[in-house]
Amino acid sequence: MVKGLKELLSLRKWFLLLFTFVIVQFLVQINVINDYLQATIATICINIILAVSLNLITGFTGQFSLGHAGFMSIGAYTCAIILLRVPSTGGFLAGLLSGAVLAALVGFLVGLPTLRLRGDYLAIATLGMSEIIRIIFLNLEITNGAAGLSGIPRFTNWFYLFVFMAGTILLISNFLRSSHGRACISVREDEIAAEAMGINATRYKVTAFTIGAFCAGIAGALYAGYFYFLKPSTFGFLKSIDILVIVVLGGMGSLSGSVLAAILLALISTFLQDFPDLRMVLYSLMLIIIMIFRPQGLMGSKELSLKMLTGLGRNLLPSRKGGE
Amino acid sequence: MAILNINKLTKSFGGLTAVSNVTMELREGELVGLIGPNGAGKTTVFNLLSGLYVPSSGEILLNTGGKTIAVQGKNPHVICKSGIGRTFQNIRLFRDLTVMDNVRIAMHHNVKYGLLSGFLHLPSYRREEGRLKEESMELLELMDLGDKAGELAKNLPYGEQRHLEIARALATKPDLLLLDEPAAGMNPAETTQLTKLIQWIRERFRLTILLIEHDMSLVMRICERIYVLDHGMLIAEGTPEEIRANKRVIEAYLGEDVTDA
Repeated sequence: MVKGLKELLSLRKWFLLLFTFVIVQFLVQINVINDYLQATIATICINIILAVSLNLITGFTGQFSLGHAGFMSIGAYTCAIILLRVPSTGGFLAGLLSGAVLAALVGFLVGLPTLRLRGDYLAIATLGMSEIIRIIFLNLEITNGAAGLSGIPRFTNWFYLFVFMAGTILLISNFLRSSHGRACISVREDEIAAEAMGINATRYKVTAFTIGAFCAGIAGALYAGYFYFLKPSTFGFLKSIDILVIVVLGGMGSLSGSVLAAILLALISTFLQDFPDLRMVLYSLMLIIIMIFRPQGLMGSKELSLKMLTGLGRNLLPSRKGGE
Repeated sequence: MAILNINKLTKSFGGLTAVSNVTMELREGELVGLIGPNGAGKTTVFNLLSGLYVPSSGEILLNTGGKTIAVQGKNPHVICKSGIGRTFQNIRLFRDLTVMDNVRIAMHHNVKYGLLSGFLHLPSYRREEGRLKEESMELLELMDLGDKAGELAKNLPYGEQRHLEIARALATKPDLLLLDEPAAGMNPAETTQLTKLIQWIRERFRLTILLIEHDMSLVMRICERIYVLDHGMLIAEGTPEEIRANKRVIEAYLGEDVTDA
């Protein structure tokens, strides 16, 4: 009986995903969603992939990384370079996969030595790493230096965006509910205790870092396949901060928080298009206000669930059961 | 047969020698106490045994399953897998996780499914997670924490947090269990209960236990042998009766010039 109910719930999850996909697809088809809105949706999906994967590293495994834009740029450039030579769906998928694998490889190689560092030191090291990647792209011939790559054919569409976004969320949330995911979380909770309980902390830090880099590579490839144009300065320090803002705002250790925050921030910034002078001021002001009233982020470390939604009517704030 | 041989173990921090030339032997199934005044180096010995510190010199030999391995200087997680489990003096639970997760994490090194299965929740995931849940629940029930499985560790009362620390250490399936002041902060009734618990888990899990404790009544009641450390050096070894009568021990605890405690 209970098992049957669980199956049904997970069926509902799939149904909800399919529903979202079909609705947006339909709206795109009948032109209700214009180009500008489509670009916003693309940005949201890419940001969700970036934020969810950074949340795995920073929110769940507790490793403060400021280098996510670096991994994103590896995926973006790899995919763009392949797409410019093989402008076909096959080329796009090959570029996306090789971009993700390359980003993961760099994540692994960089992670091994730097993840011995903690807190601020790790943040500085990852920041340095992403700057090095950016400067390499700035000086390589194949990436066309500061001018960047242009005329990249558009292959990213709502279908790919949706599949990779949903795939990232599902796989990472599955991972976090596995014993390996719990091992990552235990490193965040108390690294020394985790080690003493048989958890190879370095291994799980590097694992989380590599998975995160892989997903950031995918996000970069989707970006390259959508926006026609790449330049190194797109993937600077501020891009990493943007992603971190989404994670912190949504709640460190809440995947649904990252999703919500990515959508919310995109909506706010779309809405503020009408006030170009005040845009950044209002945006920052809103961030400050949200952080003052919910310092733990929108979701804290809780996940959005149907139970919580029904409780929301009574209580307007997410459940505080378990104490804070 | 000896399960643990510590030979001339030394640890210095800069100019300070926290543990100096300590040699100890633990026989299989024994319950041994490690006592000494504050700052004598007891916890440092534990940290050396569990790999949190690398010894300056000396060796630690663990004999389990017919094999002898030198564990000094190895990573804590390797030592844990070799069969040394421990608790911490200043409770170090995974505070924001549930009681069951605390125990399940300690069982991780026995989990038999890979990353791929973790991502895709393949049949091996379901099978192993089922087993984990069952085994951790069984362990929690043995430790009287069965009805708290879903609570966050930080919300447990102090005494139960101490119990959870022991449960978590047991979940790593140790042969040798190191208990660092398990009775610290407990009242006499709780201490009595803990004494029984320690004796009981030793039988139930066939453990060898090394115990640091300040509560002398507990140490004298349950330990078969006692080692006494002072200023990082071993000053006495023997049965509780011998230790109670040992002049050097009394001096270490109460200062010199005291002949009768």
